Amino acid sequence: MAARRAIRDGYGEALLLLGERDRNVVVLDADLAESTRSGVFAKAFPDRFFNVGIAEQNMVNIAVGLSLCGKTVFASTFAIFASGRCWEQLRNSLAAMRANVKIVASHGGITVGPDGLSHQCVEDIAIVRAIPYFTVIVPCDCLEARRAVLAAAEMRGPVYIRTGRPKTDQITSEETPFLVGRAVRLREGRDVAIVACGLLVGGALEAARALAAEGVEAAVIDMHTIKPIDEEAVVEAARGCGAIVTAEEHSVIGGLGSAVAEVVSRHCPVPVEMVGVRDRFGQSGEPDDLMVRYGLTPGDIRAAARRAAGRKRA
Amino acid sequence: MKGTVAASGADLTDASLQALRARCGAVRRDIVSMIARAGSGHPGGSLSVTDLLATLYFTRLGHRPDNPRWPDRDRVVVSKGHAAPALYAILAECGYFPRAELMTLRRYGSILQGHPDMTRTPGVEASTGSLGQGISIAVGMALAGRLDGRSYRVYAFLGDGELQEGQVWEAAMAGAHYRLDNLCAIIDFNGLQIDGRIQDVMNPEPIPAKWAAFGWAVREIDGHDHRQIVAAYDWAAREKGRPAAVIARTVKGRGVSFMECRADWHGVAPSADEAARALRDLGEG
Ligand SMILES: Cc1ncc(C[n+]2csc(CCOP(=O)(O)OP(=O)(O)O)c2C)c(N)n1
Ligand SMILES: [Mg+2]
Repeated sequence: MAARRAIRDGYGEALLLLGERDRNVVVLDADLAESTRSGVFAKAFPDRFFNVGIAEQNMVNIAVGLSLCGKTVFASTFAIFASGRCWEQLRNSLAAMRANVKIVASHGGITVGPDGLSHQCVEDIAIVRAIPYFTVIVPCDCLEARRAVLAAAEMRGPVYIRTGRPKTDQITSEETPFLVGRAVRLREGRDVAIVACGLLVGGALEAARALAAEGVEAAVIDMHTIKPIDEEAVVEAARGCGAIVTAEEHSVIGGLGSAVAEVVSRHCPVPVEMVGVRDRFGQSGEPDDLMVRYGLTPGDIRAAARRAAGRKRA
Repeated sequence: MKGTVAASGADLTDASLQALRARCGAVRRDIVSMIARAGSGHPGGSLSVTDLLATLYFTRLGHRPDNPRWPDRDRVVVSKGHAAPALYAILAECGYFPRAELMTLRRYGSILQGHPDMTRTPGVEASTGSLGQGISIAVGMALAGRLDGRSYRVYAFLGDGELQEGQVWEAAMAGAHYRLDNLCAIIDFNGLQIDGRIQDVMNPEPIPAKWAAFGWAVREIDGHDHRQIVAAYDWAAREKGRPAAVIARTVKGRGVSFMECRADWHGVAPSADEAARALRDLGEG
């Protein structure tokens, strides 16, 4: 098995490739270049890197200005600041102008750990996907993050990519197809479908293996693109399995679970159980322990899968 | 083609000044007519910025209205986006779109939205309306110009109330830090915002000293004196190693007697009668 690596490392790797490939790529950060991994680009291409200081709103609009003059711009900071503090800049400037700016927000979710509430963002997917023209991507491992960043560079327009701090197993491989807006079916199963994103894709696979031992066959879908969501994949999962579990390191309000439920309720109503943070703030703690306390473990996914399967009409 | 020829407005003859004043008068009449027709909009801040904005477009801006995407064009960001009527009237006068469009302001389907929308209006460089954001966009444009080795200049127009937005000062810091001498901020210092006088609401003064302290070259002018305005743009273009801030003393509602210096004309449309009176104030042209 490949070494465990952080999802955010995929960002740094992709930026290096892009920097070499395309002179038009410019990268911004707000005093978190080391943490977000944009620092990798800063070292290799100092002329095209701008550290704007602790001024995230300014960063977003500088990015917009650069993009209006033809640059492909990546801008990064922590998810809470990128999405929360800058929401109105994302909406009124970036998206309103369809600016070719990619926000790569690291430290999404509660696994930021000891830094606690102020740095743990479990609302970003909800608030960014509510903005027209935004594509929202939450990769599940380092490789998928790298491919998401490269894919975003090829797209025109606003993209929000959420990366995370902790190391994860490598889940996808070079052979796994990656297309923005196209879910990846990682495991087949007919009893229940687990639709997950980010860190919880790994948890979903682990849960599915445990469920198999109990005789429950769970499909696992890596829904790396939350918006535009792969409606076909959701409907297929609902039809094929008759019950869905969503799993995300995000609030159950407005995130992946909501996005899936929006599709399911419209096209193929089946039971949906959501694994996510239940309308609460995070707090300090070790990441693994926080996952337990906030109900985001493979065991929680497994329990939700049993509940969802049990709600199916006989 | 580019507006870097003159030294200090010295090329302005009395006749050309006269013509410039007349064109600004026409822009003001358009502003009043458009807002009256629309039934809503912001006359006060549109009329106060008119001379500053129009003089730039009519005398110094390097641009090609028949080719709005010309890569070397100078960029204008109206950070105080509620002055959209002034911008639209000027863009129409420059030939970016037919004058007939002006009377569609704020109507459903119009290319002229309530606040500037670059996706709909030819010649609008940046969508604005949320105060404090345009100046940061201008910083980004100026950075891009330098990265690309292009000589275009970037102009950002701000309100004095807008200076209360913290983001303005983030951008001011960045403009100086990056030594953006291709960037010029123009402050429409009319002393009023929506709820009253700026010094009563939240005093941003001393405004020139603040910009200077942030590392900008600063020049104070009378924002209705066309010769001073042209000279200020030429001065800004000569500034090296730092961005330039033109602090322009203006009169909110300038040119319409009953609107001048009145905060309550910030965002109210004149009735048909009031518009007729306003047009009389502004003369026949
Ligand atoms: C971020 C933001 N807050 C509030 C408003 C509402 N608003 C529109 S104009 C205005 C007052 C602007 O005053 P000033 O900058 O002095 O403009 P001027 O006097 O030139 O019209 C306000 C508060 C806004 N457009 N954007
Ligand atoms: Mg004012």
